[in-house]
Amino acid sequence: MSLLEVRGLKVHFPIKKGIVLDRTVGHVRAVDGVDLSVEKGRTLGVVGESGCGKSTLGRAVLRLEPLTAGSVVFDGTDLATLGGKDLRAMRRRMQMVFQDPLASLDPRQSVSSVLSEPLRTHGVQGSHDARVRELLDLVGLPASAANRYPHEFSGGQRQRVGIARAIALNPELIIADEPVSALDVSIQAQVVNLLEELQERLGLTYVVIAHDLAVVRHISDDIAVMYLGAVVEVAPAESLYDEPLHPYTRALLSAIPIPDPEVEDARERILLTGDIPSASAPPPGCRFHTRCPWRQPTRCHDEVPLLRVPTAPPGLPVADSAAHQVACHWAEQVLTGELQPSSGGVTEPESAPTV
Amino acid sequence: MQDAVPGRGVVQGAPLLSIRDLTVTFASRGRRPVRAVDGVSLDIAPGETVGIVGESGSGKSVTSLAALGLLPKRGATVTGSVDFEGDDLLSMPDDELRALRGRDVAMVFQDPMSSLNPVLTVGRQITEILTRHRGMRKGEAREEAARLLDSVGIADATRRLGSFPHQLSGGMRQRVMIAMALACKPRLLIADEPTTALDVTISAQILELLRELVVGSQTALVLITHDLGVVAGLCDQVHVMYSGRIVESAPRRPLFADPQHPYTTGLLASVPRLDQPRGVPLLPIPGSPSDTLPWSQGCAFSPRCTRSIPECLGSPPALLPAAAGTPHHLVRCVNPVRDHAGAVQQ
Repeated sequence: MSLLEVRGLKVHFPIKKGIVLDRTVGHVRAVDGVDLSVEKGRTLGVVGESGCGKSTLGRAVLRLEPLTAGSVVFDGTDLATLGGKDLRAMRRRMQMVFQDPLASLDPRQSVSSVLSEPLRTHGVQGSHDARVRELLDLVGLPASAANRYPHEFSGGQRQRVGIARAIALNPELIIADEPVSALDVSIQAQVVNLLEELQERLGLTYVVIAHDLAVVRHISDDIAVMYLGAVVEVAPAESLYDEPLHPYTRALLSAIPIPDPEVEDARERILLTGDIPSASAPPPGCRFHTRCPWRQPTRCHDEVPLLRVPTAPPGLPVADSAAHQVACHWAEQVLTGELQPSSGGVTEPESAPTV
Repeated sequence: MQDAVPGRGVVQGAPLLSIRDLTVTFASRGRRPVRAVDGVSLDIAPGETVGIVGESGSGKSVTSLAALGLLPKRGATVTGSVDFEGDDLLSMPDDELRALRGRDVAMVFQDPMSSLNPVLTVGRQITEILTRHRGMRKGEAREEAARLLDSVGIADATRRLGSFPHQLSGGMRQRVMIAMALACKPRLLIADEPTTALDVTISAQILELLRELVVGSQTALVLITHDLGVVAGLCDQVHVMYSGRIVESAPRRPLFADPQHPYTTGLLASVPRLDQPRGVPLLPIPGSPSDTLPWSQGCAFSPRCTRSIPECLGSPPALLPAAAGTPHHLVRCVNPVRDHAGAVQQ
């Protein structure tokens, strides 16, 4: 059974207008109907561009954002129905690692105080000092780090402190929101390796949220690609990269530069036109149809595609399992090459996003 | 040089910009002076694309700011020489330098929101350059501005002239910055992390735009970035900086096929690549860039280097040809990586 099951999750933020009386004039549909599940001990990567709702999704799973609809079932308990004490007890089992370690650590708290705070909050008995030393050792920091303050560390070391804080209560699930994107290139690998090592030693389950597909592919077992608040494709990491089915995934993969001139010169790029539309007024039908090079005159603009396992066309090895799902009406035709992308130039859409 | 980008031809002739032994020292009261750039020399020929790669604090941005005289007069000491077509930019009077910037040399910065004026329309900001440097009248300048916006792929350009920066998306703002930079057909364009603040798909659009507008013309481009993938696709010559110095300098193909400095190989081994099988482990560079020695005591990378030998701590190594007959591939290391299979597997 999955450790985490997200069903029909929606998080909408009201847009308010008016000085004295707040009127709600619309909603930003940050997360708009997401289904996901994560097995125990595995890593789910969530990728997407800024504004696609991936961070909100991560926060909503921990109930750090109010849920508009849907359920988040963690180990058999629906978090959406919990409140107060029960929710706090559950939070002990799921923790978060944030993007910017300098912003998420209190500059006036020493490392030992940062690391023992979760223990104090949840009333853990026993010697906190011993646990702090153990945690520092786990994340590869010297014991002397305990008495130092966040500003005394480099970015990579600070992220190690952030990770140590997240594992202090022996959680089962860790949500890591862009854990390496604030770090220098040569440091990112250190933190990625640390996350992998901790997963192995402590049997953690991860949800890693990031925009860097290369990092996500490296660390994840399964990957969900988000676009404008919805998951457009979910698949095991290998098959997503070997056989991307959704046009957006294809464009995203082809946009990532590869540090090898031979590969770069030979690659074909799928250039998307325009920007991401506003999440307060997502396009009808398929959300991606305004930028999709494979857009068809029928279905795309008026029928919302649901996540489904595409049927394998004869002669092509597609979707080895039910694990590879895509939300596109034309996934099969795009895969076989029956439909070709239109050669659109680089142009901007009519309206710029208002957010 | 057989490494020229397809379609650009072989780059020859006198350099457009020639930086020699550029050193920048920042001093503030009560603190030890910091040498941000230490003896950087590089040449850019007309039509060439040069990449400067490095992590934060490696001095890549300061090099370009110092070369254009954009560092504050107080607190920063710049020595060396910066020759732009026979004129030394470092000793040039301010008014001449101002006339040169914007006309012959333009710059695109990382964050378009903070480099555009938030209270002026995009149209005002572009026409200002045209009236100032190209002596156009208002009506003329407006037409030209609309044409420029159109050339960088902004739809409905005439209407967009009336937009304020906050009404545009990040990608469109960066397009406006590029339109402004290209307004006077500069001979040198310096792009400092032009895509770092943008999303992947938008960043691919902007790089494609630079490729079309700049690489196809005689404009020389300096691309400053931390992303090795970006330089791999775009640059003729790449300079890798570490702690204020160029540690390796090579045309892009040799650099990626035969990297010699342990820092370059380390960087390449520490980033996951989409075109490699998934199981390949990442080999991080140990330590962090702040663990550096001053260069006067030897190689600044030696505390993090897996190939460090006692000679590394002598005097700073010189930037020497990587092998006989490779005048364009230079490396600053006493124990460079020659045997590739071994170094990457380590």
